[in-house]
Amino acid sequence: MVNGAPIAADVEDRTLLAAFLRETAALTATNIGCDTTSCGACTVLLDGESVKSCTVLAAQADGQQVTTLEGLAGPGGELHPVQRAFRAEHGLQCGFCTPGMVLASVSLLQENPHPTEAEVRAGLEGNLCRCTGYHNIVRAVLAAAQEPA
Amino acid sequence: MSILGTRVVRTEDPRLLTAGGSYTDDLRLPELDGAVRATFVRSPVAHARITGIDAGAALASPGVVAVLTAADLDDIPPGSDDPTAEPLLATDRVRYVGESVALVLTEHGSQGEDAAELVSVDYEPLPAVVSLDDALAGHTLLFPGTETNVVNSGGDPAPAGAFRGCDVVIERTFPNQRVAPVPLEVRAAAARWAEGRLTVWASTQNAQLARDAVAGAVGLEPGAVRVIAPDVGGGFGAKIAVERDTLVIAWAARRVGRPVRWVETRNENLLCMVHGRAQRHAITIGGTRDGRILAYHLDIVQDCGGYPRFGPFLPTLTKLMASGVYDLPYCGGTFQAVVTNTTPIAAYRGAGRPEATAAIERAVDLFATEIGMDPAEVRRRNVVPPEAFPYTTANGATYDTGEYAAALDKVLAGARYAELRAEQARRREEGGPVQLGIGLASYVEITAGDYSGGETSRVVVDATGAATVYTGSSPHGQGHQTAFAMLVADQLGIPMDQITVIHGDTDQVPHGVGTYGSRSLQLGGSAVHQAALQIKDQARELAAAMIEASETDLELDTTRGIWQVRGDPDTGLSWAAVAGQAGPGGLAAEVDFRPDSPTFPFGAHLAVVEVDTQTGRATHIRHVTVDDAGKILNPVLAEGQRHGGIAQGAAQALLEEVRYDPDGNPLTSTLADYAAITATELPSFELIVMETPTSVNALGVKGIGEAGTIGATPAVHNAVIDAVAHLGVRHIDMPATPQRVWAAINEAKGSV
Repeated sequence: MVNGAPIAADVEDRTLLAAFLRETAALTATNIGCDTTSCGACTVLLDGESVKSCTVLAAQADGQQVTTLEGLAGPGGELHPVQRAFRAEHGLQCGFCTPGMVLASVSLLQENPHPTEAEVRAGLEGNLCRCTGYHNIVRAVLAAAQEPA
Repeated sequence: MSILGTRVVRTEDPRLLTAGGSYTDDLRLPELDGAVRATFVRSPVAHARITGIDAGAALASPGVVAVLTAADLDDIPPGSDDPTAEPLLATDRVRYVGESVALVLTEHGSQGEDAAELVSVDYEPLPAVVSLDDALAGHTLLFPGTETNVVNSGGDPAPAGAFRGCDVVIERTFPNQRVAPVPLEVRAAAARWAEGRLTVWASTQNAQLARDAVAGAVGLEPGAVRVIAPDVGGGFGAKIAVERDTLVIAWAARRVGRPVRWVETRNENLLCMVHGRAQRHAITIGGTRDGRILAYHLDIVQDCGGYPRFGPFLPTLTKLMASGVYDLPYCGGTFQAVVTNTTPIAAYRGAGRPEATAAIERAVDLFATEIGMDPAEVRRRNVVPPEAFPYTTANGATYDTGEYAAALDKVLAGARYAELRAEQARRREEGGPVQLGIGLASYVEITAGDYSGGETSRVVVDATGAATVYTGSSPHGQGHQTAFAMLVADQLGIPMDQITVIHGDTDQVPHGVGTYGSRSLQLGGSAVHQAALQIKDQARELAAAMIEASETDLELDTTRGIWQVRGDPDTGLSWAAVAGQAGPGGLAAEVDFRPDSPTFPFGAHLAVVEVDTQTGRATHIRHVTVDDAGKILNPVLAEGQRHGGIAQGAAQALLEEVRYDPDGNPLTSTLADYAAITATELPSFELIVMETPTSVNALGVKGIGEAGTIGATPAVHNAVIDAVAHLGVRHIDMPATPQRVWAAINEAKGSV
C-alpha cells in the first residue's frame, strides 16, 4: 500500500524502495540525493515510521503501508501540521530535501510530541539540507509541536 | 502601505510541500518517452595517457544502445586551439579522477551501470600534480604545448618601505581549503532532438547561458536550441550555465536520434561537479602597538583543478576585495592560478570574496593578539569611516555605502560582548576542560559584480487583469516567484495570486543572465520594478482617455488595483478594463536593467564556540550577525539566505574539506566521507537588522545570497583559535577539526 492505495508490481530483486516509488508508482516527491544513506532526501514512512527508502528493498515493503509526501495531507487536501509549519516558518528553499525532511519531522514528533530544540536537531541529524542552515526547519518542527495534530 | 519590506510567506511552497518539486529527473513528459539512460565512464586515475578504448564487451551487454567516445565527436565544431581547452570527452589524456571518457546509452539505468564497467580503457599513468608546490614547480605539465602550469597571474610584490613605521609585522601562510558545493539535487539533464531543434532540460542556474553553451558546443544557432531549467535543487554557484557532461548529453540526443536522460550519482557529483575555494594565502600585516594597521599584503595561489574554468578568475576577485572593511595606507598582493590533477574549481557561494575576508580577518586577529588589544577595538580603529563613502580601495573597488563600525557595534551589543569576555575570563581562570572562544569578522563584499551584463524582464497585464512576469533571473531556491510578484503587486496593486512568474525557459524568456553573484534582486528585481512602472505609465494614459480625465488627475489605488480620478471611487477602472482597452496583447513592458556599478553589502559576525581542550572538539554555540544588504524586500527570504550562508560558512571553518592523496585519488567521494554540516553541528542564529540603502538602484537593494558565508567562516574560525589562545595557540588551519585543534593545543604546550 502506498499512500493508502494498493500497488502491485514485479520488480528486479535489487530494486530499492526509492526507485520503486519514483519509477513504478510514479511518485516523484521522494528524491534521491546520495548513494550512502547519508542525506535523507528519500525519507518516507513505513508503517508510520521514517525510513530512508534508498536503504530498503522494494520487496521488503511488501504488505506494509508506505507514506510519501504526496500522501501526507488529509483526504480533503488539508495540510498536515508539519507541512503548514514548514511554510509558515520558511523551512524550505530549493525544496529538494523537503519531502524527506517533512516526513522525518512527522516521525520525530510521533515519537516525541514535545521535543526540545536539541532533540529536534538530533532527530534530524540524518537529513541534510544545504539551503536553510536548518534554522527555520528546527523552528518549523518546534512550531508544529505546538499545534494540535 | 507597501507590501515591500513585509513578511510574505512564499507562494512557491504549497506545491513543494504537497507534490514535491519537479526536478530534472522527475520529469515525466511525453517528449521524453522512449528516452535512453546515460551513464558516463569516468577516469579512475588522476593523470594518464589514454592509449585505447575497447567498447566491445559493453556493446554486447544487455540494453546497450551505444557507447560514445571522443572519436565520435566528429560532427561538432572544432574545439579551441588553446592547449588548455577542455574537451567534451577525454581524448588522449585524463587530468582528474572522474573526468568523463565515454558515454554509455542503455534502455534502462541499471543496465548502464553494468555496461559502463565493461568499457575497457587503457591508461598509461603519468605523474600526478596534486600539491600547489608541485604545480608551481612545473616538473610535470598538465597540458602539452604549454611551458607552465600557471594559467593566470598578476599583482606586484610589496614595494620597499611598505611596512615602514610598523611596530609589529606578522607573516603567516594558511590554506583556504577546497570544499564541495553539495547541492542536494545532483547534476541532471535530459535532451531531445526533434524537427531540427534541440531541447535540453538541465539543472542550471542560467537557462540562457546554458542555451548558448549548448548551441556553441554542438554547432547550432542559439535559436535552434531550447533550454528549460525545471525546479533546481540548489546550486550555490556550481550550476552556473552547464559544463561538459550536460553538453555531451545534448549532443548525444541528436547523435542517436532518441531522447537521452542523465542523472549523476552523489559519488560522481563529489568527483565531477566543480569544487570551490582552494586557495593558499600568504599574509603579511603590520601596524603600530596602538592598534593602527599600516600595511597588508596578500599573496594568493589558486588551485584551478584539472582545467582552467572559472578558477583563474577567482583570485582576481579575492585581490579586488583584499583590504576588506579597512582603510589601509598600504594594501597589495599577487596571485598565481595553477592547474592540478584534481576536480576543476569554479564558483561556490561567494566565489573569491569569502577567501578575501577569511584572509584579512584572520590577519587582523593575528595582529590584535600580537599587540595584546581586543580584536573588536582593532577593527573599530581601522574601518573605513562613514564619511569616506564612496570609498575607492587600493585595489580599485569603489564601495558605495557602508557603516562598518556601526555594524560591528550592533553585533557586539546584540551578543553582549562584554559578558562573553567575562565568561571567557572566568573559564580560563577556572582552567576547566571546556573553554569559550569568541570570534569576530567584519566584512564587505561585492554583489552583481557583473552588473554590466544586466538582467531582463517583461511584464504583461492581460484583459483578465492578471499579470505575468517573464524574468531572465531563474532561481534555485531563493524565492524569485514571491519576490518578483511582490514588486509588481507593490506598484500595480494586482493581488499576488494573480501574478505568475515565468523563468528558466529560453523559448519564453530568450534573453537573460540568471542567478549568481547575489545579483537577482538588484538586477532582475530592478528590471521587474521598472517594467511595472512602465506599465503604470501606459495604463495611466489609457485610463485617462477612458474616463475622459486628465492624466495628472488620475491615481492608482494600489490597495484595490483600481484606477480612478483622485478621490472619486465612482470613476474606478479595474486592471482588466484598462488592459482590455490596450489591445489583444494587453499591457506589456520590457526592460533590460543595467546599472552603473555593482553594490557592496557589508556586516559583522560574532561566533561563540566551546572547545573541549581534552578532545579538541569545537562546538558552535552562538552566531550573531549583521548583514546589511540595503533595503530588504522580504525579511523572510533575506533571513533564509543569511541562515543558509552562515551554515555553509561555519561548515568550512569547522568541518568540510575535499581531500586527495598524493596520487590524486579523492578521499572524500561520498557523503559518508565528506562532512556536510548537519543540524546537530549548528546553533540557531541571532540575526540583527540593519539596512543602509544604496543609490545604485531605485529599490535601494544590494545582494544577500552570499553574505552569510562570507562573514561566518572567519568568525567561526577566529572563535576556535580564540578559545585556545590563552594556551599559546596562534593559528589552526581550516577546517578546525578536533584532531587539528587537539594537535595545536599540544604543540603549544610543547608536548608534541
